[in-house]
Amino acid sequence: MEEILGTVPLTWYLTVSAALFCIGLYGVLARRNAISILMGVELILNAANLNFIAFWRYVGAADFDGVVFALIVMTIAACEATVGLALIVGVFRNRRSVDLNNLDLLRG
Amino acid sequence: MFNLVGLVPLLPLAAFAAISLGVWRDRRLSTYVALGGIGLAWVIGWGIFFATWGQSGLVEHPFRQTLLSLPTGTSRLELGFQVDPLTGLMLFMVPFLCLLIFIYSRGYMAGDKRYSRYFAYVSLFATGMLGLVVSDNLLFLYVFWEIMGLCSYLLISFWFEKPSAYRAGLKAFLTTRVGDALLFLGLLLLYSRTGTLSFAEIFREESLRHLAEVQAGLPLLGALPLSTLIALLVFGGAVGKSAQFPLHVWLPEAMEGPTPVSALIHAATMVSAGVYLVARMFPLFAAAGPGNAAMNTVAFIGAFTALFAATIAVAQNDIKRVLAFSTISQLGYMMAALGIGGYVAGVFHLITHAFFKALLFLGSGAVILGAHHEQDMLKMGGLKSRMPVTFWTFLAGTLALAGVFPWGGFWSKDDILNEAFHSDLWIIYVVLSLAAFLTAFYMGRQVSLTFLGKPRSHEAEEAKEVPMVMQAPLMVLAVFATVLGLIGVPEDFPILGPILGSNPFHHYIGEMLALTGAHPVALPVNWLVLGISLTLAVGGLAAGWLIYGRKPLAAGQPDPLRARLGPVYTVLENRYYVDEFYQATVIRFSLWLSEVFAAIDSRWVIDPFVNLVGRAGAALAEILSRADSSVLDGAVNGVGKLVRAGGRGLRQVQTGQVQDYLLVLVTTVLLLLAVFLVL
Repeated sequence: MEEILGTVPLTWYLTVSAALFCIGLYGVLARRNAISILMGVELILNAANLNFIAFWRYVGAADFDGVVFALIVMTIAACEATVGLALIVGVFRNRRSVDLNNLDLLRG
Repeated sequence: MFNLVGLVPLLPLAAFAAISLGVWRDRRLSTYVALGGIGLAWVIGWGIFFATWGQSGLVEHPFRQTLLSLPTGTSRLELGFQVDPLTGLMLFMVPFLCLLIFIYSRGYMAGDKRYSRYFAYVSLFATGMLGLVVSDNLLFLYVFWEIMGLCSYLLISFWFEKPSAYRAGLKAFLTTRVGDALLFLGLLLLYSRTGTLSFAEIFREESLRHLAEVQAGLPLLGALPLSTLIALLVFGGAVGKSAQFPLHVWLPEAMEGPTPVSALIHAATMVSAGVYLVARMFPLFAAAGPGNAAMNTVAFIGAFTALFAATIAVAQNDIKRVLAFSTISQLGYMMAALGIGGYVAGVFHLITHAFFKALLFLGSGAVILGAHHEQDMLKMGGLKSRMPVTFWTFLAGTLALAGVFPWGGFWSKDDILNEAFHSDLWIIYVVLSLAAFLTAFYMGRQVSLTFLGKPRSHEAEEAKEVPMVMQAPLMVLAVFATVLGLIGVPEDFPILGPILGSNPFHHYIGEMLALTGAHPVALPVNWLVLGISLTLAVGGLAAGWLIYGRKPLAAGQPDPLRARLGPVYTVLENRYYVDEFYQATVIRFSLWLSEVFAAIDSRWVIDPFVNLVGRAGAALAEILSRADSSVLDGAVNGVGKLVRAGGRGLRQVQTGQVQDYLLVLVTTVLLLLAVFLVL
């Protein structure tokens, strides 16, 4: 465990995290299915969590800020997934579709 | 008794109000209301007259009753009624004659469709005259004067279906208005100089002296004493009302009204009002001394009118028209008498004339009614046997008017001629004597043509005596016409003078002269004057009888005078063409002037100007409207459109696609990051 830590620099984590974020962002921006977007949002959150943990491990291990933040984000992500899925279910019940192209009631 | 003086004009006024406000529905009741009003006024009037008869000192201190006290800045204008001998005398004459005429009207107007209205009008007429004689100031006098003017208009054009009747009413109204305007000017002038209109104030010695001393400079006329100028203006009113030349033209036309109205206008009211006014204002006329311009004007106009109208009367064939010109002529007599200072004689003639002229008019009305509305004397004749009461009463009136001893007109006319004979103006005497002869002549002619001979038309053939209600007033008036003159028999007249007391009338009315500072002098009987006047009267009547009565005219035969006088007769018949002259000058000028004003109004100035203003306003409004719709509306709409366009552009941004927003957000963050990093 120590060896791995010793051999894998912080940059790699950040790179993976950034990649993860970009994949999530892409999912959020490009997908049309609301559930896929929700999944993209999860990826983004997880990218942020990865960053928190990585920075906690490499930079500020003295306290537990990063860990606590990651835990809160996971909790929030769970809540968000619940609420998001509930919304999607509601939308589906009304519109028989979860395609975002059809959900443009606020169009000017 | 004197306290009731205010009631005298108010009672007929109340009758007028009652009839016009509802009683008119009931003809019988209307008659009784009118008769009741004038009857009570008569009772009170005679009561006042007899109370004044014995009372002295009423001239200097007349009984006065203030009705209104109007504040006029520093002073107060006291208006009310008064009683003095002149008022008392008029109250003897006016309501009594009115009453008789009202009674007579019941018969004459019976069956007329506006019967009640007639009685309302004559009641108002009586109000006018009665109010006039009891006024203690010129303002009230003027108001009642105008009420009479209105009533004369209403009554002369009473049968307004006839175009001639309403024209006559209009003529009477407009002609007298000319005089009224002058009177009103005089009134204003008097008020502006003395600050009062009440007789008692004006006739105070110092105010009269003041008025006589102040000179009023007039263009053309030069300087005149103010009193003379005012008197002349007042006389202008009297000329209009009493139908003196040159404003006499309305009186003959006034014959278009019902005959009792003619009697009312010619005897009791209206025309007497002018003479009364001069008599009332006599101290003012005399203020500038005897023979001043005002007095001389009165004398000359009066004398001229007396002769002028008498000559016309000779050539008239309408029974009422003859009497109309006779009235004008006799009024001229009164004016002439007042003008030469014969105050008592003038007023005396006013009273006697009122009675016999009322008698003659009512008699002519009876003739007209009896002869089925025939008014042309050439178509009458022979009515003596058919209408005996009318004939004998008419004859009494004729003798009185002609001035035959001892009828009323004899005494008063002789009085006037005597005064004229002794005045400085001998020409007046000559003119009046000539007029006296003509008066007797046309009356002789009238009686001969109307009553003597044989009927010259079917209407006259079938003439019937009038009903009792009309005969009674005639008989009463005949008695008065015969004996009334006896109250003024000169003191030194043999037998009659001493019997009848020392000329009570002269003492009674002569007191009024105290206001002028003069003492009434009863002239001694002048047998020369008396003889001439009686000769002229009898001679005139005889001449009339000789020409028309001895050899009665045949039906359709023209007047014998026409052949004898030739063109003169035509001129007389056409009343000296005065009406035509007025038609050609005054009336045409008025019409021309009114057309000029109408043109100024509708074509040249007023209407074009108004139209111009209107058009300018419309044009301005048009411009403003354009500016409004283009500039203002454009701006407002422009703002609206701008906002709308902006909104339309901006709303493209709001796609409703949540991913688009997110994309913008991400892009923005990346851009900001880039900027942050680069900088």
